[in-house]
Amino acid sequence: MNAAIRRFAQSNFMYSFGRDKVAMVSFAILAAFVILAFSAPVIAPYDPYDQTTIDIMDSEIPPMWQDEGEARFLLGTDAQGRDMLSTILYGTRISIIIGVCAVLMQMFLGITIGLVSGYVGGRVESFFMRLADIQLSLSTLMLAIVALAIFQAAFSAEAYSDMAIIMLILVIGFAEWPQYARTIRASVLAEKKKEYVDAARVIGFGAPTIMFKHILPNTLSPLLVISTVQVANAIISEAALSFLGLGMPVTKPSLGSLINSGFEFIFSGSWWITAIPSIVLIALILCINLLGDWVRDALNPKIYKEK
Amino acid sequence: MQATLVMFVISLVGFSIQDNLGDPLRELLGQSVSEAEREALRDEMGLNDPFFVQYGRFISNAVQGDLGTSYFFKRPALQVIADKFPATLDLVIGATLIIVLISVPVGVYCAIRPTAWPARAVMGISIVGISIPVFLTAIFSIYLFAVTLGWMPSFGRGEDLVEIFPGWKTGFFTKDGFAHLVLPCISLSSIMLPLFIRLIRSEMREILESEYVRFAWAKGLAPKRVWFLHALKNTMLPVVTVGGVQIGTMLAYTILTETVFQWPGMGFLFLEAVNRVDTPLIISYIIVVGLIFVVTNTVVDLLYTWVNPTVKITGRGR
Amino acid sequence: MALLEVKNLGIEFPMRREVLRALQGVSFSLDAGERLGIVGESGAGKSIAAFAIINLLSKPGRINAGEILFEGRDLTGLDDEAMRDIRGNRISMIFQDPMMTLNPVLTIETQMIEVLKAHRNISDNDARKIAVEKLREVAIPSPEDRLKSYPHELSGGQRQRVVIAIALLTDPSIIIADEPSTALDVTIQAGIMALMLNLCKSHDVGLILITHDLAVVSQVTQRVVVMYAGRVVEEGPTAEIVTHPKHPYTRGLIKALPQEGTAGKRLNQIPGSMPTLDAIPDGCAFHPRCPHADDVCRASVPEIVRVGNQFSRCGKANELAEENSL
Repeated sequence: MNAAIRRFAQSNFMYSFGRDKVAMVSFAILAAFVILAFSAPVIAPYDPYDQTTIDIMDSEIPPMWQDEGEARFLLGTDAQGRDMLSTILYGTRISIIIGVCAVLMQMFLGITIGLVSGYVGGRVESFFMRLADIQLSLSTLMLAIVALAIFQAAFSAEAYSDMAIIMLILVIGFAEWPQYARTIRASVLAEKKKEYVDAARVIGFGAPTIMFKHILPNTLSPLLVISTVQVANAIISEAALSFLGLGMPVTKPSLGSLINSGFEFIFSGSWWITAIPSIVLIALILCINLLGDWVRDALNPKIYKEK
Repeated sequence: MQATLVMFVISLVGFSIQDNLGDPLRELLGQSVSEAEREALRDEMGLNDPFFVQYGRFISNAVQGDLGTSYFFKRPALQVIADKFPATLDLVIGATLIIVLISVPVGVYCAIRPTAWPARAVMGISIVGISIPVFLTAIFSIYLFAVTLGWMPSFGRGEDLVEIFPGWKTGFFTKDGFAHLVLPCISLSSIMLPLFIRLIRSEMREILESEYVRFAWAKGLAPKRVWFLHALKNTMLPVVTVGGVQIGTMLAYTILTETVFQWPGMGFLFLEAVNRVDTPLIISYIIVVGLIFVVTNTVVDLLYTWVNPTVKITGRGR
Repeated sequence: MALLEVKNLGIEFPMRREVLRALQGVSFSLDAGERLGIVGESGAGKSIAAFAIINLLSKPGRINAGEILFEGRDLTGLDDEAMRDIRGNRISMIFQDPMMTLNPVLTIETQMIEVLKAHRNISDNDARKIAVEKLREVAIPSPEDRLKSYPHELSGGQRQRVVIAIALLTDPSIIIADEPSTALDVTIQAGIMALMLNLCKSHDVGLILITHDLAVVSQVTQRVVVMYAGRVVEEGPTAEIVTHPKHPYTRGLIKALPQEGTAGKRLNQIPGSMPTLDAIPDGCAFHPRCPHADDVCRASVPEIVRVGNQFSRCGKANELAEENSL
């Protein structure tokens, strides 16, 4: 294990990481976000889910640096009197959790389907790839909206808000599996022709073993590249869905729902309810995208960067 | 062939939802009707018939243009959607124009002169562009241009709309209508614009390294011809493919954009329908959107075979 | 005066961590109508030399020394517009793989007519006539119909013929052919090479043929230049070089030909392989593989020695000449 870590640290990967300031800064900011968000229960000044601590009289207080701001509420309060800072911390945590879990589900579904399709080929492959094509062209956001709309209409509001996180993860996870499936299928097709696959077959390994233990490790590079984009997209999707009211409810808000709740107030002057979560959201996604860009360049040997 | 399959699945899904969501009787009759009378009415309306019989009825109605009656509007659902369709169409046309007219020149420029500072600036901005969700661009642009600066109206379509086809009132040709169109169209295009710029740039860069481009240089052809005929034509192939896939995404984004701008189009309608649990409207929207997908994808497929000569020969075999 | 004179050409590729020298001190010349072969293994620098002539080096390559004189003008200093006047017009080039060379989404007609229209004031119709004529010369059946085809509708051999026809459109003074038959089936190669030979002779066009195939070189060319690790190591009339090489590398190449081997025994391979650009040995680049190498060879790059009609970059050229061992 130590040898592997040492090898990784000295590898070309880390070398270009150290050289690329943008990547390092993005990573630092991202790490800060994650740490802050996940230590929300510890560091947040208030618990935004605890109804007893919220006083409606406290609503719509601007951030501390403005004239009417109060030191109690660093970033101001929203329309219900919740502290923005705490709500944002918890909200970021939710957004990140949903984003990552949804991607994990996409990976699981997509990799399995892609591996099997690529390896087995034939009817199975055509079926799944056709399905993937159709699903992709219907656009993940559309599918997610429709699915969530139906679920929301079918269940009561309370039941829905309890299940919201799971629903979001499931829906976003299910909507994007084609991306992973296609990517890994392409890699599998390329790897299938290589000799080690024949060798493994001759030795007598069964198909699942060959697929998961032999071929999969060799296909990781493109998967890593699209994963960062997928996480960013998942977070954006969740924010959009919550914004529409189809995602996290206002009682347990993610960044998207916060933005939604504050939207009507930008005309009346309480801009911070929408603006601050927006900035946090954008920063989060931007860092992930920047890192993703760097990962793609670092793992791609073909591109020669001109001086 | 594939198209019919998709439509079949969508209609089946749509219908099953209708069957299980909400109770049409409740809407029609209110609470104070006795159970026996309810049952009688159910029988009469054919709601107790087996699934496939009802489905068959649904399909035959649908094909004739009857997709049920909206609970809220008390009018045929299809008509309600058709009323709002032009508004969404305006948005989509505007956004598509923006995307095509900007992404192609900019993408090509970035491919040809990748180290020049405009190219680097564009790439930098495009990462930011991709990171900002559509609804945030919409919100920010409203805040900046409408609330703070007061340059643009912040919601709705405006008053003067010109009827260019029967039933299609567009805002493009009047000053007020156009002003209302600007911010929404820009917002709608904001995520896809960077995507296409990057796509065109990376495809073209690869193609500029290809043998046949090298050969074109060796023939001593003028740079404009090499870039804009030899390279660009090949670049457009994958772009058309991606464009086709993105149509679906754009329709989803119209829902977001219309919500922010209170734009009276299909997307906004759908969202309201969800909130009101107006089931027939929900179903109709899903089916109409499904139809739009299928039609546009078929058109894009045809477009692709028309543009790419190597596909013609092998035919439409898949 | 020679039509084309390459004098002391040096080409380098500045990479991220080092500078790679692709060509050093390369000189050769071509008279009008002459057919010259450039021979060597892959990576020896033959294609790079050819691309340099018409200024088509792929980035980040650049010329760092020497001159390229075409009809007395130095091509290295010309600006882009002047180069475009020469490329495809006075000096044409044929690439290796015709499937990759022709643009898949444009018709043959488009790709032919554009050459004429780029270099001359000529109407579409006249250009089309010339194109048909050239297609006939390269033995393409029903040329008028073929014009409307796309590249993937033609066979490999036909495609290469089209490329040759394109090269001839403007009646150039020189055609540079980079491995023109390598990507083709063996059965077609001979036909293509014979075609090229005939056309060059009948049109009195100079030819620079780049290849690793000695058999082709001996059929087609009048003089040959042998390259190794970025330098010219031997030069002279083809017939003489092939029968009496004056450089150990050339000798090794010829002895490695299947027809030189003895039935039932291993082929005579040159031991080792040509060094990559970042690992060129000091002194004579060939010395690690040379049976005659001594300390002088290891120490410094040999000068060019003249032996009769031939030029060899080997200190032992004269001794080899006396050893009539072929």
